[in-house]
Amino acid sequence: MGLLLLLHLVAAVAAPLLVRWWGRQAFLALALVPGAAFGWVLTRLGTVTGGGEVTETVSWIPALDLQVALRLDALALTFAALVTGVGALVLVYCARYFEPDDEGIGRFAGVMTAFAGSMLGLVLADDVLVLYVFWELTTVFSFLLIGGSGAKLAGRRAASQALLLTTAGGLAMLVGLLMISSASGSRLLSEIVTAPGSGPVMVAGTMLVLAGAVTKSAMVPFHFWLPAAMEAPTPVSAYLHAAAMVKAGIYLVARLAPGLADVPGWRPVVLGLGVATMLIGGWRSLRQNDLKLLLAFSTVSQLGFLITMVGAGSEELAAAGLAMTVAHALSKSTLFLSVGVVDHATGVRDLRLLSGLGRRMPVLAVTASLAAASLVGLPPFLGFVGKEAAFTALWDGGLPDRLSAVVVLVGLVLGSVFTAAYCARFLWGAFARKPGLPDSAPEELEHHPGPLFLTAPAVLALAGLAAGPASPLLDELVVRYAETLPLIAPEAEHLALWHGVQPALGLSAVTLLGGAALFALRSQFTRLQHRVAVGASADEGYWNTLQALDRVAVGVTGTTQRGSLPTYLGTILVVVLLLPGSVLLARTPWPDEWRAWDTPLQALVGAIVLAAAVLTIRIRQRLSAVLAVGVTGYGLALLFVLHGAPDLALTQFLVETLSLVVFVLVLRKLPKDIGDRHRPAERTVRAVIAVCVGLVMAGVGAAALSARTATPVSADIPELALEEGHGENVVNVILVDIRAWDTLGELSVLVVAATGVASLVFLRRRTGAVDRAGEEHTSGHDDTNARRAPRRRWLSASSTLAPQRRSVVLEVTTRFLFHTIVVFALFLLFSGHNDPGGGFAGGLVAALALVLRYLAGGRYELGEAAPIDPGVLLGAGLLLAGGTGGVALLLGGQVLESAYLEADLPVLGHASLPTALFFDIGVFLIVVGLVLDILRSLGAEQDRQEDEDDPADAAPDEVIVR
Amino acid sequence: MTPTIVLPVVIGGLYAAGVYLLLDRSLTRVILGFLLLGNATNLLLLSASGPSALAPIFGYAEAEEMSDPLPQALVLTAIVITFGVTAFLLAMVQRSWQLVRQEVIEVDEEDRRVATREGMDADDMDPDDLPTEDRPAGKGNTLHSDVDVEERLAQRYEGIPSDDIALPPTGGGRS
Repeated sequence: MGLLLLLHLVAAVAAPLLVRWWGRQAFLALALVPGAAFGWVLTRLGTVTGGGEVTETVSWIPALDLQVALRLDALALTFAALVTGVGALVLVYCARYFEPDDEGIGRFAGVMTAFAGSMLGLVLADDVLVLYVFWELTTVFSFLLIGGSGAKLAGRRAASQALLLTTAGGLAMLVGLLMISSASGSRLLSEIVTAPGSGPVMVAGTMLVLAGAVTKSAMVPFHFWLPAAMEAPTPVSAYLHAAAMVKAGIYLVARLAPGLADVPGWRPVVLGLGVATMLIGGWRSLRQNDLKLLLAFSTVSQLGFLITMVGAGSEELAAAGLAMTVAHALSKSTLFLSVGVVDHATGVRDLRLLSGLGRRMPVLAVTASLAAASLVGLPPFLGFVGKEAAFTALWDGGLPDRLSAVVVLVGLVLGSVFTAAYCARFLWGAFARKPGLPDSAPEELEHHPGPLFLTAPAVLALAGLAAGPASPLLDELVVRYAETLPLIAPEAEHLALWHGVQPALGLSAVTLLGGAALFALRSQFTRLQHRVAVGASADEGYWNTLQALDRVAVGVTGTTQRGSLPTYLGTILVVVLLLPGSVLLARTPWPDEWRAWDTPLQALVGAIVLAAAVLTIRIRQRLSAVLAVGVTGYGLALLFVLHGAPDLALTQFLVETLSLVVFVLVLRKLPKDIGDRHRPAERTVRAVIAVCVGLVMAGVGAAALSARTATPVSADIPELALEEGHGENVVNVILVDIRAWDTLGELSVLVVAATGVASLVFLRRRTGAVDRAGEEHTSGHDDTNARRAPRRRWLSASSTLAPQRRSVVLEVTTRFLFHTIVVFALFLLFSGHNDPGGGFAGGLVAALALVLRYLAGGRYELGEAAPIDPGVLLGAGLLLAGGTGGVALLLGGQVLESAYLEADLPVLGHASLPTALFFDIGVFLIVVGLVLDILRSLGAEQDRQEDEDDPADAAPDEVIVR
Repeated sequence: MTPTIVLPVVIGGLYAAGVYLLLDRSLTRVILGFLLLGNATNLLLLSASGPSALAPIFGYAEAEEMSDPLPQALVLTAIVITFGVTAFLLAMVQRSWQLVRQEVIEVDEEDRRVATREGMDADDMDPDDLPTEDRPAGKGNTLHSDVDVEERLAQRYEGIPSDDIALPPTGGGRS
């Protein structure tokens, strides 16, 4: 069974390719997949009618006790045969329904095959969660099929309506299924049904599950999505919205009825909604002029009929219901496919525009008539057998309560009268000659249907005809399911064509005569419908609800989104004050004793940091303010040193320096002073919030330390670093080994930030071309000499700078220091495992070397120093860091687990190499790449724009606002 | 563990200054505030790791004498990430300056527009407000009803029933 589902999946994925190769003929190949499943299902018929069942269990997520449990019993087999058989025929039909040059066939074929697979999975699933997964899969595929390409508004609206309603029901069902399985103590449907739980949880769960079934099967008051879904192509209507998907609700009710029919509330809901749906569907079907819509409402009506029978919870009605399900699937898909043929041939579906089609397409007319006859319940069709059985069962009191049996019977008979009437109206509308219309309207048939096009409806219609006399055979299967339910009537009636003259036969006659009368008086009946029509409809209610939601959403957005960043930040900060702040005041254990400082030096540095912070607020000059912030940063580095964190201090120091450079690169374009646009009141509010936040955070800082009473998790880390990580610098080992996953995530953030910087400056490319000094360049200075740099000279590109922008001191310093700095960076990288340093520090130092080259020699010098795309560095670094994780996994270790190699080499002596070093090299490359990206974007590219006076790099037709 | 007075005071001061700058309209000052907040947070994390001790490097100190290495590792990456984010924010300043010659965060017009918005997406509109060809099926009586055609048909074929929603009553039904 699992193999069959997998086959559907493979076929669905391959479908677009097949369609590309073979065009619409690919549908014939795809039809083989459900066809094969149909064949397999039939081979199991003997086992199942013999009382056995086929089960299959594949472990899915053992830790959660999740398994894909599949089970084929009589009920599942009936539905599986329908789903696969009709599915195969509809796919065959598709091979002619679509024109060879239609667009989107590949997509359609894939989704349709995937739907067939998920529907099969739904009826085979035994585990409630697997059932739910397949249930929602059918919803999603239905959405895709109704919406089509999404180009049509009506299609989109219909698709989203169907999706919203059925997923809402589906979610309710999920909750319900979980409640039921927890009350019953099992997640397997087979076990829930044999030993259902009880109590309020069970009742609530049952109601929620019914909500899922009711929405999926388009019961009142959720019926309106089904007619709207007729936007989909006809094969979809025939398969999803007549034979398969809408039957999912029927299936679920039938599946649970043996165990849950006696749960309080089940029968009122199922029977009440079922009968109401049957009547409303029939009534509205009689008002439709579009043949497809007529059939859609007829489907709604019949679904009501079916759910009434399978949900009644008695053996005799369940048997009748199952037989009727088969009969309905066969005849309704035939009728839809016939409408598809009519539509295809004439381009018209309006029954007021069609006339005399019966004579021109006799085969189709006969096919449709056979199907309609079965739906109406004419002998000897299967529909007659099923309806007869249902009437008999109700007449004999097939419900626990005699009165409800009578009410239901009356409702069903009336509904069947409607059925007969609209079937007659359908046949008349599609095929009859009409007064007032020309004998053959429309004049010409666009396409005459070929034999393959008619195969699918003909086979389905004939199946409905043959199944009537053969109903004793069907009975063997149906009874296997029905006998799991209690018998309420005195004796069980078996499905058969002829039971002799009995009340049910009379009722059948009444429905036929009533239907004929309604059809004959159709004009008068229509006027009656006009007169009693009410203005409101469930559909309207749906749209009103949706609009109300929209208005609420706009209202909420309008109230909360004020569009001012300070307001948002202020709100967040006030919440910080109110919640964590109040907890801090009320609940925190305050320290009993205080120390003034760790060392007096700490106090001195702290005072400088505070003074710099206050200055930052006061200063209105941009660069001075940046420098003041820089002082706090350097002060922080000193505090780190005093705290015993040399790695932090090193990194902080380097980062602070680089930050200054980046600030200068950007702020050189901006005005010198920051304008003040704040009113005094605003400043006061800001100050109050700021001081409060400062106090709270100071409190947090003090309380955090005094609240630490347990042994820290890091207690064993130093030993671990030495023994497992083979590194003496514990911080570095944590970064590259013990918590390397964290570092990997943080590296990704760096890559994203670098890419963000580059893409804000280079609008259309990842990065600009590398400007090399050797090419023909001018610096934009009025000097017309092309300052071509001699390639062999050190710091050669500095000659491309205008003389007044060159600094001899800087150039000389760079010449002296560049190589030294690079060597130092490499030293930090390689010694970082045992001494202060590592990939971050090394990368930052190397980046500083690049900064120096750029500052001394300009943008061409940057190109000379690093003639490489920063994206390559970033990518290589991420690949290296991630790769060490992957390699460890391949070698059988944990992800990012490090190994340690050591050897005595000749000449070099003892050498050791932890694999974490490669991770650190990745870190190094990413940091260098980040800084290079910044220099390229905010440095060199800005220079270039200034030199060329080029408003970014605008394409000819592009307007850049400046 | 006993807290010092110096570190909470420095942390509080940095937070206060940072928050004040963060609430400014000038992007430059917002970024400066962001940096101060970053510094303050890093110091907070480190101060929570305990009193100062020797550097967590073997050969320099024994395991018992070391300061807690874990917060240090966390802060180290935080420093570098703050740098990356700062660079990104500065690139935004640069872009803003290039486009509109200002680096001030004005009130977002889009947000103001949302607040005054009244229209709906066509996907959520009442079917009656839509053009007929976009109405859902079942609302009218054909999938693609066209009012003109409907009316013409209704007048021509009085005997053939028509739907009651999209059409005026036919024949003598109501008159």
